[in-house]
Amino acid sequence: MTPPITIHHLIALSGVLFSIGLVGVVTRRNVLLILLSLEILLSASNLAFVAFSRSLGDLSGQIMVFFVMIVAAAEVTVGLAITVLLSRQAGKLNADELKSLKW
Amino acid sequence: MIHPLLFYAVSALIVASALGVILARHPMYAVLSLVLTLFGLSTLFICLHAFFVAAIQVVVYAGAVLVLFIFVVMLLDMAPEIVFRVRSWTMISLGTALGFLILWQIAAASLQLKAPAAHGPAADGTTAAVGRLLFTTYALPFEAASLLLLVGIIGAIVLAKKKL
Repeated sequence: MTPPITIHHLIALSGVLFSIGLVGVVTRRNVLLILLSLEILLSASNLAFVAFSRSLGDLSGQIMVFFVMIVAAAEVTVGLAITVLLSRQAGKLNADELKSLKW
Repeated sequence: MIHPLLFYAVSALIVASALGVILARHPMYAVLSLVLTLFGLSTLFICLHAFFVAAIQVVVYAGAVLVLFIFVVMLLDMAPEIVFRVRSWTMISLGTALGFLILWQIAAASLQLKAPAAHGPAADGTTAAVGRLLFTTYALPFEAASLLLLVGIIGAIVLAKKKL
Protein backbone atom coordinates (compact mmCIF):
# COMPACT_ATOMS: atom_id res chain seq x y z
CA MET A 1 0.00 0.00 0.00
CA THR A 2 1.40 3.36 -0.97
CA PRO A 3 1.55 6.05 1.71
CA PRO A 4 -1.33 8.53 1.70
CA ILE A 5 -1.04 11.80 -0.19
CA THR A 6 -0.07 14.68 2.06
CA ILE A 7 0.37 18.39 1.42
CA HIS A 8 4.06 17.70 0.66
CA HIS A 9 3.14 15.78 -2.47
CA LEU A 10 0.97 18.62 -3.71
CA ILE A 11 3.60 21.27 -2.97
CA ALA A 12 6.19 19.13 -4.76
CA LEU A 13 3.93 18.85 -7.82
CA SER A 14 3.39 22.61 -7.68
CA GLY A 15 7.16 23.14 -7.55
CA VAL A 16 7.75 20.87 -10.54
CA LEU A 17 5.06 22.70 -12.50
CA PHE A 18 6.53 26.08 -11.54
CA SER A 19 10.00 25.01 -12.69
CA ILE A 20 8.64 23.76 -16.01
CA GLY A 21 6.89 27.08 -16.57
CA LEU A 22 10.02 29.02 -15.63
CA VAL A 23 12.13 27.05 -18.10
CA GLY A 24 9.49 27.79 -20.73
CA VAL A 25 9.59 31.53 -20.04
CA VAL A 26 13.39 31.62 -20.19
CA THR A 27 13.98 29.37 -23.20
CA ARG A 28 11.07 30.01 -25.58
CA ARG A 29 11.36 33.15 -27.71
CA ASN A 30 7.94 33.32 -29.28
CA VAL A 31 5.91 35.96 -27.44
CA LEU A 32 2.81 33.77 -27.53
CA LEU A 33 4.63 30.81 -25.99
CA ILE A 34 6.10 33.01 -23.26
CA LEU A 35 2.54 34.04 -22.36
CA LEU A 36 1.52 30.36 -22.32
CA SER A 37 4.41 29.51 -19.99
CA LEU A 38 3.29 32.32 -17.69
CA GLU A 39 -0.06 30.56 -17.44
CA ILE A 40 1.75 27.44 -16.20
CA LEU A 41 3.48 29.53 -13.51
CA LEU A 42 0.14 30.95 -12.35
CA SER A 43 -1.45 27.48 -12.33
CA ALA A 44 1.39 26.15 -10.17
CA SER A 45 0.76 28.89 -7.62
CA ASN A 46 -2.99 28.14 -7.77
CA LEU A 47 -2.31 24.51 -6.90
CA ALA A 48 -0.21 25.55 -3.88
CA PHE A 49 -2.97 27.93 -2.74
CA VAL A 50 -5.65 25.24 -2.93
CA ALA A 51 -3.43 22.66 -1.20
CA PHE A 52 -2.75 24.99 1.72
CA SER A 53 -6.39 26.04 1.81
CA ARG A 54 -7.41 22.40 2.22
CA SER A 55 -4.71 21.68 4.74
CA LEU A 56 -5.51 24.73 6.90
CA GLY A 57 -9.28 24.42 6.61
CA ASP A 58 -9.41 28.04 5.47
CA LEU A 59 -11.27 29.07 2.31
CA SER A 60 -9.27 32.29 1.84
CA GLY A 61 -6.75 30.43 -0.32
CA GLN A 62 -9.48 29.56 -2.80
CA ILE A 63 -10.59 33.20 -2.90
CA MET A 64 -6.98 34.05 -3.75
CA VAL A 65 -7.07 31.53 -6.61
CA PHE A 66 -10.19 33.28 -7.89
CA PHE A 67 -8.34 36.61 -7.92
CA VAL A 68 -5.28 35.07 -9.57
CA MET A 69 -7.56 33.83 -12.35
CA ILE A 70 -9.08 37.30 -12.79
CA VAL A 71 -5.64 38.89 -13.01
CA ALA A 72 -4.55 36.16 -15.45
CA ALA A 73 -7.58 36.83 -17.64
CA ALA A 74 -6.85 40.57 -17.72
CA GLU A 75 -3.16 39.92 -18.41
CA VAL A 76 -3.95 37.54 -21.26
CA THR A 77 -6.43 39.98 -22.81
CA VAL A 78 -3.91 42.82 -22.96
CA GLY A 79 -0.98 40.50 -23.71
CA LEU A 80 -2.69 38.92 -26.70
CA ALA A 81 -3.77 42.34 -28.00
CA ILE A 82 -0.12 43.39 -27.86
CA THR A 83 0.87 40.13 -29.60
CA VAL A 84 -1.57 40.76 -32.44
CA LEU A 85 -0.29 44.32 -32.71
CA LEU A 86 3.35 43.19 -32.76
CA SER A 87 2.67 40.71 -35.51
CA ARG A 88 0.71 43.30 -37.50
CA GLN A 89 3.10 46.24 -37.11
CA ALA A 90 6.52 44.67 -36.63
CA GLY A 91 5.82 41.47 -38.55
CA LYS A 92 7.66 39.27 -36.06
CA LEU A 93 7.01 37.63 -32.74
CA ASN A 94 10.53 36.73 -31.68
CA ALA A 95 11.26 38.40 -28.35
CA ASP A 96 14.96 38.66 -29.20
CA GLU A 97 14.33 40.64 -32.37
CA LEU A 98 11.90 43.12 -30.84
CA LYS A 99 14.12 45.92 -29.69
CA SER A 100 12.35 49.15 -30.46
CA LEU A 101 10.11 50.57 -27.77
CA LYS A 102 8.25 52.68 -30.30
CA TRP A 103 7.34 52.38 -33.94
CA MET B 1 -7.28 13.12 1.15
CA ILE B 2 -6.63 11.87 -2.39
CA HIS B 3 -6.28 8.28 -3.51
CA PRO B 4 -2.55 7.77 -4.21
CA LEU B 5 -3.10 6.03 -7.54
CA LEU B 6 -5.31 8.85 -8.80
CA PHE B 7 -2.83 11.44 -7.59
CA TYR B 8 0.15 9.83 -9.33
CA ALA B 9 -1.77 9.26 -12.56
CA VAL B 10 -3.03 12.84 -12.68
CA SER B 11 0.38 14.23 -11.69
CA ALA B 12 2.03 12.31 -14.52
CA LEU B 13 -0.55 13.73 -16.92
CA ILE B 14 -0.02 17.28 -15.63
CA VAL B 15 3.78 17.16 -15.80
CA ALA B 16 3.79 15.48 -19.22
CA SER B 17 1.37 17.98 -20.74
CA ALA B 18 3.20 20.93 -19.13
CA LEU B 19 6.41 19.65 -20.72
CA GLY B 20 4.44 19.43 -23.95
CA VAL B 21 3.62 23.13 -23.67
CA ILE B 22 7.24 24.23 -23.48
CA LEU B 23 8.55 21.67 -25.99
CA ALA B 24 5.86 21.80 -28.68
CA ARG B 25 7.09 23.05 -32.04
CA HIS B 26 3.80 24.55 -33.09
CA PRO B 27 1.92 27.01 -30.82
CA MET B 28 -1.38 25.23 -31.48
CA TYR B 29 -0.07 22.00 -29.92
CA ALA B 30 1.27 24.03 -26.98
CA VAL B 31 -2.14 25.59 -26.35
CA LEU B 32 -3.96 22.24 -26.57
CA SER B 33 -1.38 20.72 -24.24
CA LEU B 34 -2.04 23.49 -21.73
CA VAL B 35 -5.76 22.65 -21.86
CA LEU B 36 -4.82 19.13 -20.75
CA THR B 37 -2.68 20.54 -17.90
CA LEU B 38 -5.56 22.70 -16.69
CA PHE B 39 -8.02 19.79 -16.78
CA GLY B 40 -5.58 17.70 -14.72
CA LEU B 41 -5.27 20.51 -12.18
CA SER B 42 -9.04 20.78 -12.10
CA THR B 43 -9.23 17.08 -11.19
CA LEU B 44 -6.85 17.69 -8.29
CA PHE B 45 -8.95 20.67 -7.17
CA ILE B 46 -12.05 18.47 -7.06
CA CYS B 47 -10.13 15.90 -4.99
CA LEU B 48 -9.18 18.74 -2.62
CA HIS B 49 -12.87 19.69 -2.30
CA ALA B 50 -12.34 23.03 -4.05
CA PHE B 51 -15.40 22.60 -6.27
CA PHE B 52 -15.94 26.24 -7.16
CA VAL B 53 -12.31 26.76 -8.14
CA ALA B 54 -12.36 23.56 -10.22
CA ALA B 55 -15.43 24.75 -12.14
CA ILE B 56 -13.94 28.21 -12.67
CA GLN B 57 -10.71 26.57 -13.85
CA VAL B 58 -12.55 24.68 -16.58
CA VAL B 59 -15.00 27.43 -17.55
CA VAL B 60 -12.78 30.51 -17.39
CA TYR B 61 -9.29 29.13 -18.01
CA ALA B 62 -9.83 26.26 -20.41
CA GLY B 63 -13.05 27.69 -21.80
CA ALA B 64 -12.28 31.37 -22.28
CA VAL B 65 -8.60 32.20 -21.87
CA LEU B 66 -7.28 29.33 -23.97
CA VAL B 67 -9.91 29.80 -26.65
CA LEU B 68 -8.58 33.36 -26.89
CA PHE B 69 -5.09 31.89 -27.34
CA ILE B 70 -6.34 29.58 -30.07
CA PHE B 71 -8.03 32.51 -31.81
CA VAL B 72 -4.78 34.46 -31.82
CA VAL B 73 -2.70 31.48 -33.02
CA MET B 74 -5.10 30.99 -35.93
CA LEU B 75 -5.47 34.71 -36.59
CA LEU B 76 -1.74 35.31 -36.88
CA ASP B 77 -1.21 32.28 -39.13
CA MET B 78 2.37 31.88 -37.99
CA ALA B 79 4.87 31.07 -40.66
CA PRO B 80 6.93 27.94 -39.94
CA GLU B 81 10.16 29.87 -39.40
CA ILE B 82 8.73 32.01 -36.62
CA VAL B 83 6.80 29.15 -35.07
CA PHE B 84 9.80 27.53 -33.46
CA ARG B 85 12.75 29.74 -32.83
CA VAL B 86 14.57 29.33 -29.58
CA ARG B 87 17.61 31.06 -28.23
CA SER B 88 21.08 29.67 -28.64
CA TRP B 89 21.94 26.45 -26.83
CA THR B 90 23.72 28.39 -24.08
CA MET B 91 20.48 30.15 -23.22
CA ILE B 92 18.56 26.86 -23.27
CA SER B 93 21.04 25.13 -20.99
CA LEU B 94 21.19 28.18 -18.71
CA GLY B 95 17.40 28.27 -18.52
CA THR B 96 17.18 24.57 -17.76
CA ALA B 97 19.86 24.92 -15.06
CA LEU B 98 17.89 27.80 -13.57
CA GLY B 99 14.77 25.63 -13.59
CA PHE B 100 16.56 22.81 -11.74
CA LEU B 101 17.98 25.33 -9.24
CA ILE B 102 14.50 26.65 -8.45
CA LEU B 103 13.17 23.09 -8.27
CA TRP B 104 15.92 22.16 -5.82
CA GLN B 105 15.16 25.20 -3.66
CA ILE B 106 11.43 24.43 -3.60
CA ALA B 107 12.11 20.77 -2.78
CA ALA B 108 14.42 21.76 0.08
CA ALA B 109 11.85 24.21 1.43
CA SER B 110 8.96 21.74 1.15
CA LEU B 111 10.92 19.03 2.97
CA GLN B 112 11.28 21.37 5.95
CA LEU B 113 7.60 22.20 5.79
CA LYS B 114 5.77 20.96 8.86
CA ALA B 115 2.19 20.01 8.21
CA PRO B 116 0.45 23.18 9.41
CA ALA B 117 -2.14 22.95 12.14
CA ALA B 118 -5.67 23.35 10.82
CA HIS B 119 -7.52 26.51 11.81
CA GLY B 120 -10.80 24.71 11.86
CA PRO B 121 -12.57 21.75 10.35
CA ALA B 122 -11.71 21.21 6.68
CA ALA B 123 -14.21 23.35 4.79
CA ASP B 124 -15.59 22.39 1.40
CA GLY B 125 -15.06 25.04 -1.26
CA THR B 126 -18.62 24.96 -2.53
CA THR B 127 -19.99 27.87 -4.53
CA ALA B 128 -22.15 28.93 -1.57
CA ALA B 129 -19.26 28.97 0.91
CA VAL B 130 -16.81 30.71 -1.42
CA GLY B 131 -19.46 33.16 -2.61
CA ARG B 132 -20.41 34.11 0.95
CA LEU B 133 -16.77 34.85 1.76
CA LEU B 134 -16.33 36.71 -1.53
CA PHE B 135 -19.22 39.09 -0.92
CA THR B 136 -18.51 39.75 2.76
CA THR B 137 -14.84 39.66 3.76
CA TYR B 138 -13.45 40.13 0.27
CA ALA B 139 -16.09 42.47 -1.18
CA LEU B 140 -13.65 45.34 -1.77
CA PRO B 141 -11.01 43.26 -3.63
CA PHE B 142 -13.88 41.76 -5.65
CA GLU B 143 -14.98 45.22 -6.81
CA ALA B 144 -11.36 46.19 -7.51
CA ALA B 145 -11.06 43.02 -9.65
CA SER B 146 -14.09 44.06 -11.70
CA LEU B 147 -12.40 47.43 -12.30
CA LEU B 148 -9.24 45.60 -13.38
CA LEU B 149 -11.24 43.55 -15.90
CA LEU B 150 -12.82 46.73 -17.25
CA VAL B 151 -9.38 48.30 -17.69
CA GLY B 152 -8.24 45.10 -19.43
CA ILE B 153 -11.16 45.22 -21.88
CA ILE B 154 -10.61 48.90 -22.68
CA GLY B 155 -6.87 48.35 -23.04
CA ALA B 156 -7.37 45.46 -25.46
CA ILE B 157 -9.81 47.49 -27.59
CA VAL B 158 -7.54 50.55 -27.66
CA LEU B 159 -4.55 48.41 -28.63
CA ALA B 160 -6.19 46.21 -31.23
CA LYS B 161 -8.38 48.74 -33.00
CA LYS B 162 -6.71 50.28 -36.01
CA LYS B 163 -8.31 53.67 -35.68
CA LEU B 164 -10.47 54.89 -32.83
